[in-house]
Amino acid sequence: MENILEVKGLKTSFYTPSGVVPAVGGVSFQLKKGSVLGIVGESGSGKSVTAYSILQILTPPGRIDSGSVKFNGQELVGLSEKEMRKIRGNKISIIFQDPMTSLNPVFTIGNQLIETILLHTSRTKVEAHKRALEMLSMVGINDPERRMHQYPYELSGGMRQRVMIAMALVCEPEILIADEPTTALDVTIQAQILELMTELQHRLGMAIILITHDLGVVAGMCDEVIVMYAGHLVERGAASQIFYQPKHEYTKGLMRSIPRIEKDEKERLIPISGTPVDMLLLPKGCAFAPRCERAMKICLEEKPQEYWINGYNHLASCWRNVKEGTLAPEVPGKRPMIQLKEESV
Amino acid sequence: MIMQNNDSYQERSKRFFTLQQTPDLFAPATEEDKAQQVLTKPSVSFFKDAMARLRRNKLAMLCLGIIIVIALVAFIAPIIYPYSYTKQDVTAQYLKPFEYSAKEQAKIAKGENIFPHIMGTDNLGRDYAIRVIYGTRISLMVGFIAAVIVVIIGIIYGSISGYFGGKVDLIMMRIVDIIYSLPDVLIVILLSVAIKDIVSQSKNELVIKLGAGMISIFIVFGLLYWVGMARQVRGQILSIKEQEFVLAARASGAGARRIIFKHLVPNCISVIIITAAMQIPSAIFTESFLSFMGMGVSIPMPSLGSLASDARIGLVSHPFLLIFPALTIFLIVLSFNLLGSGLRDAFDPKLRN
Amino acid sequence: MSSRFLLYLLKRFGMAIFTIFLVIALTFFIMHAIPASPFSAEKALNDATIRALEAKYGFDKPVIVQFFNYLGNLFHLDFGLSTAWVGKTVSELIGDAFGYSATIGLSAAIIALTLGVVLGAFAALTRGRWPDKIIQVVTTALVSMPSFVVATLFLLIFALRLRWFPTMGSQPGGLVLPIISLSLYPMAYTTRLERSAMLDVLGQDYVRTARAKGLPRPKIIYKHALKNALGPVVTYAGPMMAYILTGSMVVENIFAVPGLGRLFVNSMMRTDYMMIMGVTIFLATLIISLNLLSDILYKLLDPRIDLR
Repeated sequence: MENILEVKGLKTSFYTPSGVVPAVGGVSFQLKKGSVLGIVGESGSGKSVTAYSILQILTPPGRIDSGSVKFNGQELVGLSEKEMRKIRGNKISIIFQDPMTSLNPVFTIGNQLIETILLHTSRTKVEAHKRALEMLSMVGINDPERRMHQYPYELSGGMRQRVMIAMALVCEPEILIADEPTTALDVTIQAQILELMTELQHRLGMAIILITHDLGVVAGMCDEVIVMYAGHLVERGAASQIFYQPKHEYTKGLMRSIPRIEKDEKERLIPISGTPVDMLLLPKGCAFAPRCERAMKICLEEKPQEYWINGYNHLASCWRNVKEGTLAPEVPGKRPMIQLKEESV
Repeated sequence: MIMQNNDSYQERSKRFFTLQQTPDLFAPATEEDKAQQVLTKPSVSFFKDAMARLRRNKLAMLCLGIIIVIALVAFIAPIIYPYSYTKQDVTAQYLKPFEYSAKEQAKIAKGENIFPHIMGTDNLGRDYAIRVIYGTRISLMVGFIAAVIVVIIGIIYGSISGYFGGKVDLIMMRIVDIIYSLPDVLIVILLSVAIKDIVSQSKNELVIKLGAGMISIFIVFGLLYWVGMARQVRGQILSIKEQEFVLAARASGAGARRIIFKHLVPNCISVIIITAAMQIPSAIFTESFLSFMGMGVSIPMPSLGSLASDARIGLVSHPFLLIFPALTIFLIVLSFNLLGSGLRDAFDPKLRN
Repeated sequence: MSSRFLLYLLKRFGMAIFTIFLVIALTFFIMHAIPASPFSAEKALNDATIRALEAKYGFDKPVIVQFFNYLGNLFHLDFGLSTAWVGKTVSELIGDAFGYSATIGLSAAIIALTLGVVLGAFAALTRGRWPDKIIQVVTTALVSMPSFVVATLFLLIFALRLRWFPTMGSQPGGLVLPIISLSLYPMAYTTRLERSAMLDVLGQDYVRTARAKGLPRPKIIYKHALKNALGPVVTYAGPMMAYILTGSMVVENIFAVPGLGRLFVNSMMRTDYMMIMGVTIFLATLIISLNLLSDILYKLLDPRIDLR
């Protein structure tokens, strides 16, 4: 299966009056056609900024410093604004976290939907209106004709998010980026929205990048998962690998803090200690080390590389793997691989 | 043993093996090691933080300095200044700044030391600088009194309305809405005409000195000017009322008055300071406007507004009579405006645009 | 428009009427609290004549009766007779003078609002660069200058020294300087408001959505951003009119324009009570109605405003 999106060494920083914030410090990953990739991390880890960098909708003082983003082989970094606009909302769409503030409050739903349709297709206003109605039905909004004339504040949170999805999918994009799509919604509505997204994904055959801090969401939907911390990619692999065989201490910490039904209720939930890192004062070693229970002195001194673990589909950057495993023979063009003796969590 | 990041992969992998022989880098890190790496900014109280931010704002500090200097000059200079603001001297009319009249020059020739007219003299030969200084005094006093009235009444009204909420709030805010839509200048003018006779027949020295116009201004300040502050305070209180520390205070038996003044109002300080700072220039404007129209101070007391108005008589030939008071008002109001925005930036940096 | 909106309209309208009534009552009772008779200023008259005149004008009846008479007359737009300009009714005099004031006021308002919005949005869009910096410096300065200072300076520079414009408002072209000097403060204030509102809007999520949809920049600005950024300006329009109306008093004074402001000042000097009351009520009603208008306009712009 080919890669529809290839991100290599993406570096994005914010040049603020208080200092330079390296929001994304060199991230690389691939997105396969039609698959669902989850990007997991706490607030400030750089996951949203990564997404915005792909579409180049960063707000100043943010800027892409270096790196490459290839969409179907075409390099997006450095592309003119005019060319980027043809891609946005058309080939790659994004939906945001808070549908209340993401929809313009002074225009009707219909107005905003039709605007997108007219922008990227050559339909007439009447055709666009019809298409908008189609889209609203597709996302499960009943009585679409009435809804078209309503304002965002007249709809519930779940419905608003459906409208956002409709707006994003109106041109049948190849990639849908969903930035925390369910965080602002009730739990029951969350499930509905995720179901909707899965159904639409199958129907339209598009790839999804799902950004979230909710591991439950990731477990349900994602084929592959990236874990980010302090702007760096700390672990990457198939969903099952991340959940059952995490190889980075941060990921392990995340897994330990999820309550699980099958576990003994007397077992404690172990949260990750410490406070999130201040991006203006990044330590020189591993960014997670100060909070890591199993940190070693080297973790504080030097940043670990990204190592493949037992094969070329699971990546982690943690010194503990170096300590607990052996280095595999070098393969030119690929990152170093660690062979771990046993599967330990 | 510091490892270099720009070494090649070969060399580093070699070093892994050497490291197996020096395992100390792979030894667990202690809490002290970690604490060294964790760099966090020390946490300060919100107020101190805001004050520090304000101090860093050089423009705002400059304006504060200007205001202080002007205030000092306005209140101290008249004590030591050799000219009175009422003394007329027909031989010294319309002198330019630093110019001397013929009579004065004669005195200097005889060896007398005459203090120069820094801003010249007006059409009646009065030293202009001292008149401008007295006018400044009036403006600053008006600003100060307005601020005091606005702060006191505004806080009390707004906090009561915001804290009790419900019907009380509804009624109080309706009243505020009505007061807000009343035109302040018109009412001042009306009042000043109405009480003109009463004032002129009064025996009270202060009343006579102030005059009908000034008294009307202060009355209107007390009746109308505080509504902006009341609204702001109420809004702020509404938003922090539901926070837990209020609940805690109530649970420990604190009464309404204590909760309002000890807990809620101190959290509104930023809003209070900012609103007050923005209200002062408005008050100064109103006073100088009314004095310009002849409805503010009563002669012979000069106000910057009345000086500007009087300057119209010899405007073409003696423009400096307009320039000096105009510049002074401009400087005072500008400084307050800039200080106000500096305060806003310092206390609510999220608002910064 | 929904029935909720109509309810809101009625409520606001009712409040405005009530406030106007309050102003009328306030004005009336303040004026009648003065011990002196409206005719005592006319020194040429003796006591008997004064009393006869008072009877004629209805000043001898008890105050409450006078009040309701006055109120009743107001409904017919009868503001009474002027005592200083004998023979003319207050409404006549107001009508004559209003033409000038309306021209000056309306022109100043239009200039202030349109230029203000344009410059403010422009400053927001070029944020940090030199057009923005210049606009910020200039508006900060203008906002610190009272209208009478600006007007007098203009009189000095452009009328007296350079002689580009006449010094009196009643002469042809004489309204230009009054209009410009009156419009400077509101224009500067509007510019700052608009700049702040626009910057705020530009940082909102829905603008980010618009960008993500691939909309071209001009469209984002004119369609999505501007409509949302006009709110504070519309709210300011009400108080701005109050400023312009009171400010026109001083500007008319400086440029000798025979407008409402000058009428007001003169009636004050000649203690023409009916005139003073009439003009005050007229002006106050104007201000209150304009405030009402701007509130309604704001509600029309933003469908979200709480209709409580």
